[in-house]
Amino acid sequence: MSRSVQLDRVGMTFGTTRAVSDVTFTVEDGEFFSILGPSGCGKTTLLRIVAGFLRPTEGTVLIGGRDMAGLAPNRRPTAMIFQSLALFPLMSVRENIAFGLEARGVGKAERSRKADELLDVVALGGFGDRKPGELSGGQRQRVAIARALAVEPDVLLLDEPLSALDLKLRQHMRAELRALQKRTGVTFIYITHDQGEALAMSDRVAVMSAGVVEQIGAPQDLYANPQTPFVAGFVGETNRIAGRVAALAGGIATVDTGLGPMRGRAGPGLAEGQAVKLYVRPEALTPGTGGENSLAARVERVDFEGAFALAHGRLADGEEMIASIPATRLADAPGIGTEAAFHFDTDHAVVLADA
Amino acid sequence: MRDLVQRFGGSLTTVFVALVLLWMVGMVLAPNLLMIDYALRPNLPPAQIGGPNDHYSLANFTYLAGEATHRAIFFKTIWASAIVTFVTLVVCYPLAFWLAQRATPAQAGLAILGLVIPFWINEVLRTLAWYILLAFRGPLNAVLLALGLISEPVRWAGDGGVLAAMTYAYILFMLFPIYNSMESLEAAQIEAARDLGAKSWRIHWRVVIPHAKAGIATGCVFTFMLAAGSYIAPSLLGSPGSRWFTEIIYNWFFEGGDWNRGAAYALVLLVLCLAVVLATLKLARVNLADVTK
Ligand SMILES: Nc1ncnc2c1ncn2[C@@H]1O[C@H](COP(=O)(O)OP(=O)(O)OP(=O)(O)O)[C@@H](O)[C@H]1O
Ligand SMILES: [Mg+2]
Repeated sequence: MSRSVQLDRVGMTFGTTRAVSDVTFTVEDGEFFSILGPSGCGKTTLLRIVAGFLRPTEGTVLIGGRDMAGLAPNRRPTAMIFQSLALFPLMSVRENIAFGLEARGVGKAERSRKADELLDVVALGGFGDRKPGELSGGQRQRVAIARALAVEPDVLLLDEPLSALDLKLRQHMRAELRALQKRTGVTFIYITHDQGEALAMSDRVAVMSAGVVEQIGAPQDLYANPQTPFVAGFVGETNRIAGRVAALAGGIATVDTGLGPMRGRAGPGLAEGQAVKLYVRPEALTPGTGGENSLAARVERVDFEGAFALAHGRLADGEEMIASIPATRLADAPGIGTEAAFHFDTDHAVVLADA
Repeated sequence: MRDLVQRFGGSLTTVFVALVLLWMVGMVLAPNLLMIDYALRPNLPPAQIGGPNDHYSLANFTYLAGEATHRAIFFKTIWASAIVTFVTLVVCYPLAFWLAQRATPAQAGLAILGLVIPFWINEVLRTLAWYILLAFRGPLNAVLLALGLISEPVRWAGDGGVLAAMTYAYILFMLFPIYNSMESLEAAQIEAARDLGAKSWRIHWRVVIPHAKAGIATGCVFTFMLAAGSYIAPSLLGSPGSRWFTEIIYNWFFEGGDWNRGAAYALVLLVLCLAVVLATLKLARVNLADVTK
């Protein structure tokens, strides 16, 4: 409870733009919680509402059970890491980190000591006298984190802090952020439009689209059990096969598709005769005949990606299909230009109503 | 230089450089050298110029040093210009901050238009407007009397009037450099400072002012130079007790007919202004190159 964040029917309208609507969720104490969504879906707006930079047009924000209405950012137990980092370029790294303590009236010697301690935490010992401009992107990133941690926030709010870094560094910083979060126990609310990042780091992820939270769940759960077509498409790659529900029984939907009947786990709110799509992950498609559901595709190309190969095919109904074949099973990969059979388990397919 | 040659070729570059040199020599160097020459010679009737009495001396400068009233007015001018600069800064800083960081583009456009329009009118007329506003039987006294804030008219002319008119006259010279430098401050830095718990004064002291330092120093230097060299506001709005050094220089030239002494006085004012400017820049750790940006 003490470091939890509760949002209750939070909404935000800018003039005529509805940026966020009816967002309700609770982030638990010490959780690494990500908000994932495409550009412009309202992620930053939501984070700025929690930080106190924006006053929501509806709803309430509770941090540690306390209503935050009317509290300015400097009065909230949150610290924000900005998309641009917003380090103070004219101050040394040490002064940057100590700034929050300076604002709290901590003495110079004490805050200097604390800053050096935090520099060690983020593995930047000895960089205290440099200016932010004299650091690399990853180092600046870590200064921003140390500066936010210096005020000992209950909740750290991070707005796409890794987006400016190159891929290698981003992957390295992911692991560091995750470790830091575990070590400090601070609640993290992390914004990203990179689904890989969200899946890799988070305890739970909220997927947003057009100002609305579509689904909240653990990464594996979101991946395996998408509840909306948007989540199925945005989190990970997926194949879509259109059809109508022929039968519903025991949580399994039988779908009449242009490729014959296929079965998958039924999503929420299905009815017989409804227009639906069947979603199958590329890695759930296995080359060869047999199995619970089967389909055929003309293989157009096979891209070798290292750990696996992606077979791009075209189904009889003209739709594209992607199957992922592990590198250890490359012998099974169908030849380019051939008509190949694939099969998948009913358990690995999800049937969702068209939006 | 090599850049210029590369871009425009040798002959065109020669023309450019020649023009710049001509400008420097003809418009800047020559008049100032001439003034120094004047300042160092005695004021003689035409017949004696070039004669045995026409020799260099510091007499015109020592005269100023020995003349108590002029000396007092000189230092007062410097001091009063500093006050004008300070007041203008106090007025412009919040305005510049609001324009650069808080106002919507529409608000900022409107405000800047409102500030610039009066400057389409001649400076003399603008000062005259203040003269009318502040007159003993003018509108300001009338309003204050009607509101019951004063019981009899106040004589605004004098130091107060000069200060008001000058602050008004030089507002843009202070405002724009500060506005320019503040505009480049990333808004997220202010938010970050606030988020880290800083109160407004600390945000300004630690984040905004250091960032806008060059702009503030530039504005102060402009305003100080203009104020110290101002003639219209003190002569229209000043009282006998608030004479400006420029008025005395004017008197030497056009009433006393002693151009040499006038030149010496002007030179002293110029040198002191320069000293103040350089000291300010040094203090703010801003170099001249930043100011000219
Ligand atoms: N101050 C504002 N005034 C008007 N509209 C705004 C304002 N801030 C955001 N919006 C609008 O609200 C919507 C959500 O913006 P937001 O910045 O929250 O998106 P985001 O998910 O953070 O996107 P990105 O990934 O690109 O940063 C957008 O349509 C945006 O144009
Ligand atoms: Mg954003």
